[in-house]
Parts: sequence; C-alpha cells; structure tokens
Amino acid sequence: MTEAMIEIDGLHKQFGDNVVLKGISMRVAKGTVVALIGSSGSGKSTLLRCINLLTIPDAGSVRVGSHVMTYSGDSTQLPKDREQAAFRANTGMVFQHFNLFPHMTVLHNVMEGMVTVLRKPRAQAEQEAIALLEKVGLRDKAGEFPHCLSGGQKQRVAIARALAMQPQVMLFDEATSALDPELVGEVQAVMRALADDGMTMIIVTHEISFARELADEVVFMGDGVVVESGPAKDVIDNPRQSATRLFLSRFNGKSPGRDESPRVNRC
Amino acid sequence: MYQWNFAFLVDFRGLLLSGVLYTLGYTVLCIVLGLLFGLIAGIGQLSPSKWINSPLKAYVEIFRCTPVLIQLIWFYYALPSLLGIEMSASTAAILALSLYGGAFYSEIIRGGIISIDPGQPEAARALGMTKFQIMHRVVLPQALRRMTPPLLNQSIMQLKNTSLVSVLALPDLVYQGQLIVHETYRPLETYTLIALIYLAILLPTTTLVKRLETRTAL
Repeated sequence: MTEAMIEIDGLHKQFGDNVVLKGISMRVAKGTVVALIGSSGSGKSTLLRCINLLTIPDAGSVRVGSHVMTYSGDSTQLPKDREQAAFRANTGMVFQHFNLFPHMTVLHNVMEGMVTVLRKPRAQAEQEAIALLEKVGLRDKAGEFPHCLSGGQKQRVAIARALAMQPQVMLFDEATSALDPELVGEVQAVMRALADDGMTMIIVTHEISFARELADEVVFMGDGVVVESGPAKDVIDNPRQSATRLFLSRFNGKSPGRDESPRVNRC
Repeated sequence: MYQWNFAFLVDFRGLLLSGVLYTLGYTVLCIVLGLLFGLIAGIGQLSPSKWINSPLKAYVEIFRCTPVLIQLIWFYYALPSLLGIEMSASTAAILALSLYGGAFYSEIIRGGIISIDPGQPEAARALGMTKFQIMHRVVLPQALRRMTPPLLNQSIMQLKNTSLVSVLALPDLVYQGQLIVHETYRPLETYTLIALIYLAILLPTTTLVKRLETRTAL
C-alpha cells in the first residue's frame, strides 16, 4: 500500500445516549477515492464530519497529511480554535446543500478562504479563483450571486471554493443528493475530473452506481461500525456480508428517488 | 370653545431649536452606545459558557422588564449613593437609556444571528475560518440585512425615550416645552407643536424602515 493520506484510529462519537461511531479505523491511500455507503443513521456523515472536525470526536485520532488530532474524551483537553481551523483548511468539504455564501458573488465565494484564511493578496486570489471557476466550467458566472445559479452550478462553485484552499483531501457529503436528476451529471463530472487529477477523496453517497464507477474502495457502514470494505467492484458486485447484500439489494443498481422538487430561479 | 393660537410659539423658536439639538444629540449617543451594548449582549448570550451568557441574560431581562423612567431615576439617585460615584444628570441619563435600548437591541441581534442557516457558519468553518472570522465575514453581514428594519424601529423608540431625560432637568425638546408652558400657560399648542416636531423627525425614518422591509423580504 502506498503512503496513507488519511489515517483514522479508534474513532468514537456519541450524541447524548446515541452512540453513532463505535470505534472506526481506516486508512485512505494518497490519490485514492473511497466511497462511504450505508443506510441513513449508519454514521457515515458523522464519520466524514469528524475527519475535518466539523463534529468533534469523543475519542480517537484523525490524521490528514501531516496534521494529527487526537481526542481522549477529556473535554478540557480540546485543541484550540486556531489549531482546529488550520486542520480544517487542509481538508476541503462539499455539503449536500452547497452552503454558498449568499451575500457574496460567485467569485468572492471562491476567493473568501484564500483571502481570509490563507491571507493571499486579493489580486492573486482573484486570478486563482477565476482559474478554478474555469476548471468547473463556470468562468462566465463569476459576477453572479448564488441565488441566480442552478443547483448543479451552485455545487460546482462549492467545489471550486473548497479547492481554493489547496486541500490535501476532499470530502463530499452527499454532494448530489439535493440536485434535480438532470443536474447530477455535471457535478459528478467535476468529481470524476478531480479523481483523475489524483485528488484523495472520500465521498458519502447514495448513488451506488457512481460509487462503483468512481471509487477505488468502498466502505459499507452499519450501526456505527465498518461492516465491510474493499475494492469498489468487489464489495458492490459480490458483497460478503449479509447486511451489505440486504442494503445493496434495495438499490438494484439504481439510485433512490429524490424528494426535492425543482427550484425556480429568480433571475 | 378653546381658541387655538400658535403664533406666540414663534418667539420661542431659539429655545425649541436648542431642544431639538439636545434631543438629537442624546438620541445619537444612546443609539451608538445602545448598539454597542446590544452587540456585546447579543453575541455574548450565544456563548456556550454559563459564566458569560448568564450575566448577560440577567442584564437583558432586568432592563427589558422594568420601566425605563425608574431606571433613569435609579441611575441618577441610587447608583451614586451605592457606588459612591458622582454622576452628572447627563451621564446617568445616557447610561440608563443606552443600557435600556441595548437590552432590546441585543434581542434583535441575537435573533438575527440564530436565524442564519447553520450551514453558513459550518461552510465557513470547513474553510478553516476562526470563530471571529466566521462572525465577521459570514454570519453578521447576512444577519445585519435581516436585523436592519427592527434595529431602526428600536432606534425610533430610542429617540422618543430621550423625552424622559426631562425628568432629570436636561434641556431636551420636551423640557423646553415645559418651560414654555410655565411661562405662557398654553400647554395645548406647545405640546401639539412638540409632537409635530417629533413626527417631522421620525416620519422619514419610518418610511425608510418600510422600504427596507420590502427589500429584505426578497
């Protein structure tokens, strides 16, 4: 195995009495794509959020590149805000609901992290932001505000915004689940291009066929533990565990229906 | 039937003008200081630390739930004798009115902040911003847009509340009105005119609020 970019060891997390992660350990090699699958409530989103500390684990350690965070369960020993911020800046996160900043233009959304966190000069940040928008095919939308964009365009801007931090890994939390079916493709194409560029990625997804095609490895989670993991095609085509089989049989190669109705643009 | 006659008030125009200027001066100070107190109390109440949020909650409730007139008198008479600090009527009035307004501002500011979609600070956090940067760059600019109409409304109240400083013999518009009444025995015309002056000052502001409300409804 090549050098591990992400190393997770003994991760525990509970919310009140609800134990969501029960000791997760995994390694993600540099340049590989891992798909986290599993039913709702299996802990996959929480695991993803723990990797960039949006959710603070109760115990365990997370390493991304050279940054390590260790949690002992002692709440007085938490890392400082600034240390956690530096850790997060190194991991790009893409959310289901895009979470673009509505009061900034597309260009400024992409520039924000570079200017505020990386303290790059505005002119340089603007140049890099435009290059990133070019990459996701939205160069011509630089001056628009987010509410003028379609869901797919918003998500591509969100990806550019995350890439602007030059993160070592990219995390996708159901990045296409809130999109109308005809818009899923354009976002998946950007994700595919990123993977081809050698980006280390973890994607939480319900699109089993996309996971099978894009991911090198699939991790099937159930009830806070890793039930089964391995090469994507092996796990999806020939699952060994009965829980994995049961879960996959519900898809039959298709993605679950989306409940979101199309949004009307006001531009 | 009462014979209305406003003509005599022309002789008091200088007094009335100085009253207007005092009223506006107190208003500006009380709005600026009130917003400052409101910002501190509004954001501070959202702190997870009990040591920070409980005293601020207590401050807001005490000032929201007691009459401002009593606060004013209390600041002028009771506080100096309790703390042994002499306070001029002006200082006491400005402090009391600012703290009173601040309690209401803080609720508007707190409400504005918690109305922002949690996905917003989360996305900023994921970019590696610190708590201060998130507040300053992402949450407050969005919340401010929603808060502006209610903040302006509260500021209108602040202006009208300055009329209470007259009880501490500070020469605002209402106080000057009282002087004129004592001299002329014509309270009806005098207070009517004073009400009209308040109306003339505030009408443009309320119109602005209305316009902002329709714009932020987007």
